[in-house]
Amino acid sequence: MATKKFKCKVCGYVHEGDKAPEKCPMCQAPQSEFEEIVEAAPAKKGLNTNSNVYTIVYSAVMVIIVAFLLVFVSQTLKDRQTANVINDTKQQILSALNLRDLPDVAGTYSKVIKADALMKADGSLATYNGEFNTSYKSESDNGNLHVFVAEIDGQTKYVIPMNGLGLWGTIWGYIALNDDRNTVYGVYFSHSSETPGLGGEIAGLKFQSRFPGKEVVDGNKVGLKVVKFGKADKDSKFEVDGVTGATITSTGVNAMINKVLSAYVPFLTAANVESND
Amino acid sequence: MANKNSEAFKQPLWVNNPVLVQILGICSALAVTAQLKPAIVMGLSVTIIVAMSNVIISLLRNTIPNRIRIIIQLVVVAALVTVVSEILKAFAYDVSVQLSVYIGLIITNCILMGRLEAFAMQNGPWASFLDGIGNGLGYAAILVVVAFVRELFGSGTLFGFQIIPQACYEAGYLNNGLMIMPPMALILTGCIIWYHRAKNKDLQEN
Repeated sequence: MATKKFKCKVCGYVHEGDKAPEKCPMCQAPQSEFEEIVEAAPAKKGLNTNSNVYTIVYSAVMVIIVAFLLVFVSQTLKDRQTANVINDTKQQILSALNLRDLPDVAGTYSKVIKADALMKADGSLATYNGEFNTSYKSESDNGNLHVFVAEIDGQTKYVIPMNGLGLWGTIWGYIALNDDRNTVYGVYFSHSSETPGLGGEIAGLKFQSRFPGKEVVDGNKVGLKVVKFGKADKDSKFEVDGVTGATITSTGVNAMINKVLSAYVPFLTAANVESND
Repeated sequence: MANKNSEAFKQPLWVNNPVLVQILGICSALAVTAQLKPAIVMGLSVTIIVAMSNVIISLLRNTIPNRIRIIIQLVVVAALVTVVSEILKAFAYDVSVQLSVYIGLIITNCILMGRLEAFAMQNGPWASFLDGIGNGLGYAAILVVVAFVRELFGSGTLFGFQIIPQACYEAGYLNNGLMIMPPMALILTGCIIWYHRAKNKDLQEN
């Protein structure tokens, strides 16, 4: 049998037994000064929303439900999302060829893009047999130098994916070159988080339309460069005006073009060698 | 009761607007209002998420352990935001690219936590739903007004279409670059608050 507990209100002495002692052994206080300690009976389970067990169980259940919900949503929508990303990548490649806002991206892509190739060390192209990949833009960092061979109105164009850093995050783009592997046919740039209206303008046509007709190769290095707005020499075939008020993003575009295309120099100059012969 | 519900819906639209009176959700209001389209999508997304999380929290309000209620609210909001973001990626890819990080940042939008803590924890699901819709639309309305002014004077366009004719540019008109910058959103919001206070004298502090 559980014994009751009595506490002396004067000195705090706790007596265990069936009833309070006649006198407190510590301070001699009379029996009337003792009071029974009633252990707080636990409230009805499930209703005491402040107990530790309830809190832990509640949060655990919550997390499990949410986790299942998110997994379910992610799994159901995954195919659609991947299709969207692939479609978007194809649209970006085609945008560099000045084919923008197409209603049927996949159809046009299979018609226009003849081959997805990899550049070999000597500048020649080898067919790439892998799956269509949505991260071409970072492939050059891994040494896989992709070149898309396109055909527009019977003329061969080459599209090269690029990636680099802007002011706030990554920037990327595709540059399309004419058959001579030197003259720019078109470009496409995009960004993850540049300032809207400033650095974000690199994704706009106003900036991108400054590129066609410029030349890439200067001797055996990359000559094409983005300079401060208004500083581009009108007669230069290499200089392109940057975006006003977005110096760092423009510099980022310049660095991206230089870094990525430098890796492609063997491919770019291969045409010159042939034509010089 | 019906009156109380309609008040829950109408109050936040103007008299007790979350942006103008409680000054909540300012950060996202600055970030997405450079153009109209993202502002509208953002406003609608916030409306949907605020209404749904209000209903869920209101249904759970008697079971939520008091000590971790903020975390529970946060989990509900975060889950909803993730679902909305996934759906946008699957069905409106271009919009989701345009809004990029701001959809995720709805989680940190103070309006959500504010309404959950101040309203949904004390009221029933239907009233909470109306309160969420009202607050979301009140927020969206301010976003649209600010984005309208910023896009028109900052880029000369609305929804991306050229509004200010080319002839004006040839005559020497220039887009106002400051309009594009976030500070201008703050100044415009300030102007709207000024007008709002002038119309609602009882909100004025001495």
